[in-house]
Amino acid sequence: MADGNCLISNEWICGEYVRTRGQELTDATLEHVGITLASVAIGLLVAFPLALLARRWRPVAGPVLGLTTILYTVPSLAMFSLLLPVFGVSAAVVITGLVLYSLTILVRNIMAGLASVPEEAREAARGMGYGPLRLLFGVELPLALPALMAGLRITTVSTVSLTTVGAIIGYGGLGNLIYEGMRSFFKAEVLTASVLCVALAVVADLLLLGLQRLLTPWARKSRKGTT
Amino acid sequence: MDVVAKAWTWLATGSHWAGPDGVWHRLGQHLFLTFVCLAISCAVALPIAVALGHIGRGGALAVNISNAGRAVPTFAVLVLLLLSPLGTHGQWPTIIALVLFAIPPLLTNAYVGVHEADREVVEAARGMGMTGAQLIRRVELPLAFPLIMTGVRTAAVQVVATATLAALPGGGGLGRIITAGFRLTDTPQVVAGAVLVASLALVVEGVFVLLGLVLDPMRRRTGRGPTAARRPPADQAPASPALTT
Repeated sequence: MADGNCLISNEWICGEYVRTRGQELTDATLEHVGITLASVAIGLLVAFPLALLARRWRPVAGPVLGLTTILYTVPSLAMFSLLLPVFGVSAAVVITGLVLYSLTILVRNIMAGLASVPEEAREAARGMGYGPLRLLFGVELPLALPALMAGLRITTVSTVSLTTVGAIIGYGGLGNLIYEGMRSFFKAEVLTASVLCVALAVVADLLLLGLQRLLTPWARKSRKGTT
Repeated sequence: MDVVAKAWTWLATGSHWAGPDGVWHRLGQHLFLTFVCLAISCAVALPIAVALGHIGRGGALAVNISNAGRAVPTFAVLVLLLLSPLGTHGQWPTIIALVLFAIPPLLTNAYVGVHEADREVVEAARGMGMTGAQLIRRVELPLAFPLIMTGVRTAAVQVVATATLAALPGGGGLGRIITAGFRLTDTPQVVAGAVLVASLALVVEGVFVLLGLVLDPMRRRTGRGPTAARRPPADQAPASPALTT
């Protein structure tokens, strides 16, 4: 295969494309990672208090879960479009939309994780003089980690894939390249960006799996604990 | 907010609802695509899932397909299919993408539903001399019904969402109102289109929730009896791979 010609003959796989547009690919990937990281981090920061709130006040749990489910039903193109007048054309539109999506799974899984903490563990900690905060961060949160991490992995993977839709307003990371390639029928650009996007999702998932193993060494022997 | 008022005006303008670019025509396209693709995906995925669940094999496959469905961006698949040789065949790239993304939730939920059907009941039915086919039809399917319906509902919402995205590469459906609004930098139209799409998704979700309640074969017999309690809790996310695009 003559490398120089694959750009002209518009082939799917083109080394020349990767070589000449390396900078563009790197920038798009970095933007993609940035949007994903920001969304998932903010999502966690919002979901955690929400889950605690829903646990403390039972009447809140129904509306919180209901509302996040409704948000999850809204198609991404519509979600970003609805947020457009709020933030104008900026990365905030995409990040806010992705945060709203992430809440559904994160809140549910954090609540499920906290609910799965054995009452005996709580009693023992209280007996040892743990206050509510120390109980939460020292005992309950570590025991809830498997469920939390399972939710975080699902959220991260779908956030990576949904970021591409941000291309509609020009903040879609690798999605921008897919969008651009779609308009100019540039096959190599579309395929390369798509493959990178899936690779990003897989790498993120594996990293989180590794993190989970590191954080919950006690679950390594008996795999029953993992949700 | 000004935009909200203008979007409302857009929706209230009769001429926006008529004609080949009008809301009614786009809604018709959207519903047609959704219905056809949901029917195809159910016809493909449900028999496979029920058969696999019945013999108790292929659980890893069901889970992996659902994970892959999450990791692969819908938008990328739509564009890849458009640029492939299929791209010249009208609606087919869209239909194929929609079916591909509807299959994972159908497959996973139906598999889990049939596989996790109360083993004691299944054993009892087998002890009564039921054949495999009778077992599937009269025991496992009714017990799995709620989860199968969850899968169908998730798939339906997924199809509605993906059909919206199909407007980006030039497919039909309500998404076209949004993309046209972007092209005209007409934010009120973008918002109006988004409201229509979001409403459609919520209505579809609602209709399938109701269908699930009305059609549940176990409803009259046990009400909120023990079978209801034995359903896998919705909290455990792996079994409920709801996703939007």
